[in-house]
Amino acid sequence: MLKVENLRVSYGKIMALHGIDFYVDKGEIVTIIGANGAGKSTTLRAVSRMVPAADGSRLTYNGKNLLDYSADRVVSELGLTHVPEGRRLFGNLTVLENLKLACFARKDREQIKRDLERVFSIFARLGERREQKAGTLSGGEQQMLAIGRAFMSGRKIMLLDEPSMGLAPLLMMGVFNALREINQEGTAILLVEQNARLALKFAQRGYVLENGHLVLEGRGADLLQNPQVQNAYLGG
Amino acid sequence: MTFFLQNLVNALQWGSFYALIALGYSMVYGILMLFNFAHGDIFMVGAYIGFGVATGLTALAAMGMLALPNWVILVLTILISMFLTSFVGILVERLGYRPLRDAPRASAAITGLMIGIILETGNLALLGARRVSFPSLIDSVTYNFGGVYVTNKKIMIVAVSLALMAALHQFVSRTKWGMAMRAMAFDYVVVPLMGVPLNTIAALTFAIGSALAAAAGILFGVAYPVLDPYMGIVFGWKAFVAAILGGRGSIMGATLAGFLLGFIEIFVAMIFPSTLRDLIAYSIILLILVFRPHGFFGEAYSARLRL
Repeated sequence: MLKVENLRVSYGKIMALHGIDFYVDKGEIVTIIGANGAGKSTTLRAVSRMVPAADGSRLTYNGKNLLDYSADRVVSELGLTHVPEGRRLFGNLTVLENLKLACFARKDREQIKRDLERVFSIFARLGERREQKAGTLSGGEQQMLAIGRAFMSGRKIMLLDEPSMGLAPLLMMGVFNALREINQEGTAILLVEQNARLALKFAQRGYVLENGHLVLEGRGADLLQNPQVQNAYLGG
Repeated sequence: MTFFLQNLVNALQWGSFYALIALGYSMVYGILMLFNFAHGDIFMVGAYIGFGVATGLTALAAMGMLALPNWVILVLTILISMFLTSFVGILVERLGYRPLRDAPRASAAITGLMIGIILETGNLALLGARRVSFPSLIDSVTYNFGGVYVTNKKIMIVAVSLALMAALHQFVSRTKWGMAMRAMAFDYVVVPLMGVPLNTIAALTFAIGSALAAAAGILFGVAYPVLDPYMGIVFGWKAFVAAILGGRGSIMGATLAGFLLGFIEIFVAMIFPSTLRDLIAYSIILLILVFRPHGFFGEAYSARLRL
């Protein structure tokens, strides 16, 4: 459903992505692993139209040309949501307001209500803190809210940028279990992670990104066994 | 005591003008981190649009085509002019500032000053150098509250201003549009990821700020019926000072600082000769800012729209 061909992105004269190809099928969990600065976040930002893709890049989503859409319409019209690195919550808004803002363009009141309840059932902590300012949440709760927000705003496909960052192992497992649950309800996930072991176990398929090039791809389980991947990303 | 209360009433009226204009400065700064230096001139444009609408409506009433009491005409004038002036604000944002969204802030400031000059001279070209007088829609009635004289106009001005401020507060804290504005003030980069169109929110913010300035312009015209194309300059700068004093981006701050400015000016004039009024009043404000450089509700290095 998401198809990316020859994606190139430059920041000024520096090229961050040198023409990469990948796809995400309906209901799939796909991961892109790679070192710091390999271009993982840039890939997600290009797909969600936060950074411009260079000429010749082709990004399609269910046959629609993503380059015809602005960042807000990618979310509101296509249901493609992006949980950015570092969560980027609105700390001055309450938990509930953060979730409601994510429904800004939605008109289906009844479904919004059900989705809200679903978020609060997946992340019970958020329900308890719904009137609290997002800035006062702990790191784990903030990540839950960031995912909850993406859940509210479309959830055909979710792009996740380093959801494990800064989380203690137990919380991290909680977040990934919730993501699994969301995926099983039909949301495809494109996950970008530095924690390669976690990501490859979680995903059905994976890509390895190095200096703006995709160098390897395969099933998550296969990549875990790949000596090259083991040496470079799994600590040998 | 009556002397003090008398001045308090006057201060409330002046403070209303400043606060209404300061809100526009602060809101725009809060979400776009730019000061719209044409805002004082939008106040002027609003006053003139109000003049046009009021003149038109009274003419219709005089011809017998509109059988409405004068106070209804005044309310209609305020509402119609706020609506029309909001489009001036939208136009200023669309043509002046949006192309400069990623340009250095100094470019936006210069653009604002230029837009201000265009509005002033445009008005001059359109209506000529003569001053116009705002139609007198309500007859002045003076009430005596134990020696304190209050006119119905002053009560109306303060009441309308407070009502608008309360409405703004409700809008920003209760509606999804207001929520988006607050979110944008906090971190505007990720707002589109919520499916919120940035440009719509930016335009809306300019529209609301301009509508409030228009209301201030008309209320000013009711109290001091002589309008001229440069009336926005001094008011604009003073309201800008109020926005800074309140803390950039703070709605509550802009409101309180606007009133405080009115108080300081009136009370300085109460003690000192009126020629020294602004010199002393703004020295006091300078002194406050030395000790509170971010204003009452401002935060260092941040621009957040708060309530």
